[in-house]
Amino acid sequence: MTRKKRRLYFVGLGMLALGGATALVLTAIGDNLLYFYSPTDLTEREVAPGQRFRLGGLVEEGSVEKDGETVRFVVTDLVHTIPVTFTGILPDLFREGQGVVTEGQLGPDGLFTAASVLAKHDENYMPPEVADSLKESGYWEEGLEGAEAAVRSTGGAEQTSH
Amino acid sequence: MIPEIGHYALALGLCVALVQAIVPLIGAQRNNLALMELSRPAAVAQFLTIGVAFAALTHSFIVSDFSVSNVFQNSHTDKPLLYKISGVWGNHEGSLLLWIMILAVFSLAVAVFGRNLPPTLRARALSVQAMITVGFLLFILFTSNPFERIDPAPLNGRGLNPLLQDPGLAFHPPMLYLGYVGFSMAFSFAVAALIEGRVDAAWARWVRPWTLLAWIFLTLGIALGSWWAYYELGWGGWWYWDPVENASFIPWLSGTALLHSAIVVEKRDTLKSWTILLAIVTFSLSLLGTFLVRSGVLTSVHAFATDPTRGVFILLLLAVTVVGSLSLYAWRAPQLKAGGVFAPISREGSLLLNNVLLSTASATVLLGTLYPLFADALNLGKVSVGPPFFNAVFVPLMVPMVLVMALGPMLAWKRGDAYGAARRLWLALVAAAVVFAGTYVAAGGALTDVGAAFGMGLGAWLLIGTLVEWAERVHLFRVDPVTSLKRAAGLPRAAYGMTLAHAGMAILVMGVVGNTAWKGESIQVMSPGEVVEIGGVAYEFRGAERVEGPNYDAVQGRFILRRDDGAVLAVMEPQKRTYTDPPMPTSEAAIHTDGITDHYAVIGDPSPDDGPGAFVTRFYHEPFVPFLWYGALLMGLGGLVSLTDRRHRIGAPTRARARTAAPVGGASARGAAR
Repeated sequence: MTRKKRRLYFVGLGMLALGGATALVLTAIGDNLLYFYSPTDLTEREVAPGQRFRLGGLVEEGSVEKDGETVRFVVTDLVHTIPVTFTGILPDLFREGQGVVTEGQLGPDGLFTAASVLAKHDENYMPPEVADSLKESGYWEEGLEGAEAAVRSTGGAEQTSH
Repeated sequence: MIPEIGHYALALGLCVALVQAIVPLIGAQRNNLALMELSRPAAVAQFLTIGVAFAALTHSFIVSDFSVSNVFQNSHTDKPLLYKISGVWGNHEGSLLLWIMILAVFSLAVAVFGRNLPPTLRARALSVQAMITVGFLLFILFTSNPFERIDPAPLNGRGLNPLLQDPGLAFHPPMLYLGYVGFSMAFSFAVAALIEGRVDAAWARWVRPWTLLAWIFLTLGIALGSWWAYYELGWGGWWYWDPVENASFIPWLSGTALLHSAIVVEKRDTLKSWTILLAIVTFSLSLLGTFLVRSGVLTSVHAFATDPTRGVFILLLLAVTVVGSLSLYAWRAPQLKAGGVFAPISREGSLLLNNVLLSTASATVLLGTLYPLFADALNLGKVSVGPPFFNAVFVPLMVPMVLVMALGPMLAWKRGDAYGAARRLWLALVAAAVVFAGTYVAAGGALTDVGAAFGMGLGAWLLIGTLVEWAERVHLFRVDPVTSLKRAAGLPRAAYGMTLAHAGMAILVMGVVGNTAWKGESIQVMSPGEVVEIGGVAYEFRGAERVEGPNYDAVQGRFILRRDDGAVLAVMEPQKRTYTDPPMPTSEAAIHTDGITDHYAVIGDPSPDDGPGAFVTRFYHEPFVPFLWYGALLMGLGGLVSLTDRRHRIGAPTRARARTAAPVGGASARGAAR
């Protein structure tokens, strides 16, 4: 095998891998993108029933109701709200007044059925999407950090960080 | 006083690093041995200054000096000593200090153990290492000073995030960093080789052990993180394709490719320019990993509170590294002499295929991880890319790789006989078919089980194929056992390393496939006395009680785990803890393992409406999860065994002599003339 042929083989293999990977990526990414919407976004756009997406915002104070393994709560961006139901054990850091990201689908009755509620490792953490949606809704206090800013604007009482 | 000494040592370290970055480089260009030799004492001084800084911070944590802001934020007097120490790197500033501490250790290792390296290569490699140190020291000193004071000093600290107060996570970041930073060695040697204008077998022999070391740490670090997520987060999952996980997995993929292409450079003196590129890319991906974790630009289930301005600095550092090294690559790589030719079907060919598949996998995972960033920047909406995408892309790339993994080692260098190798693997094929049929029938024979059974068969193919390759090497059953034993003792350790690592991969594949396919979960409210059956076992709830830990209160559930026939397997006591400082709840799952299957119990919140003493409970049936840990450990062990191969210790003395004696020709002479 000459050098030239080998180079051709290299290039061929590379192109094949590249082409294969592109095909894989293109077919996979279309079906598997999860869009993130805030409650306000949902009033502005139609989301097909059954489409999976992420809903994020703050857990409204006083909205958490537990009924056995099923939990109902309200996600708010302080302008609009969406009721959510979730079956399972909530992440340890799930708390009223805290930022939350849930994944699931919207029912025809406007109730969001969450298949998962994202857990955070850090109680001061605010998901960037939630921070952005709070900025858009005008309830973000500049100069304060993450969760604290949002919690202050909802009047969170039992917040312990900072 | 001690924190100030630490801070001062860091500043001093910056000066040393600047000298170490500039002087040896000039020395190497002018062929001035005295200037080049300066790199070694400089590396020692570098290690000492950063060591002092690291010791100072550790001291502040151990004595709980809350006048240091970092200690106040992340420690507490009630915390056990282990977590006071792990608190040093359980935060942004301290973890960066650990980063450069490890970098300094690696530089020291080159200075001390690199005696028989060609002096110009050593000087240049150390200089590149120092440049990385300069970048990170500037970052620490200007944006993330770990020694910042607060006045007046608070009486007690805020405490470490309780999720991090865990032995698994105490050692996860250092392991991961040892891996990330270890790839800086391959990077420094690659850049040094580009400046020199030559790459040969001796170069590869130097780079391989460092890459291997980094790879071992990264492998074990990722496994440790996965293990921690599995038992600590209480969801019974070990991999989520989460951005932070991907950040460590992407460099692992390209590092694994580098490990294999370096073999080709060493044995066959070819694929040189590709290997250099991989070395550069792997370290850049490690930097990117640090960036992704530390900047918080991506939503992640693992995300910690972070500061975006720091992210900009790391991004800048990343840009300088990538643009600088790739420009150098574009300029110098064409001058590298091409090596020997080989047929597509040969050992080299199979290693090349491994490289193509691993790099493609690395690129697709990177794309999926960064896609939300691009989409946001281009105003395509806020999106996230979930596990289905990664599974759909990653699995098809790994299937051919595992298929070829058994075949490749059977092929000869230069020109192999694929048909012959495949024929010698008949046993592996039979094993794969048996496992496929066996798991298919055992799983119930549904159409959906075909994929899983195929995956298990694939694992068996690789496992048996790897063992067959070893058996062939020792002529098992073809000569008398004593001769075989002698041959087995005479095999190079690197060969054993490969056998172990590939077998580990096979077991890992089975663990991943088996768990993904046959995992089960059950969530319910249980009153004391109730029984729930899942995965062939029964959990009987015996109520819950309050217990007190050193720095937490907990509700502890009690479950009796029984087999089908009623025999008691274990008493499981999962806890839901509430830590006092900082006040934060965590779930401690109870796991009972029989070595093949894990039974996993979590206790949730009380549910008084459903009766007195009722609790939400959750059970997982986790088949084959232990295989993941066996596989990862075997892979790490394989790396370790390979690392002890005498070839790696001896280095390349002949070349070192030749190079000091005769002036270097070709590209490095051109380099010196610049």
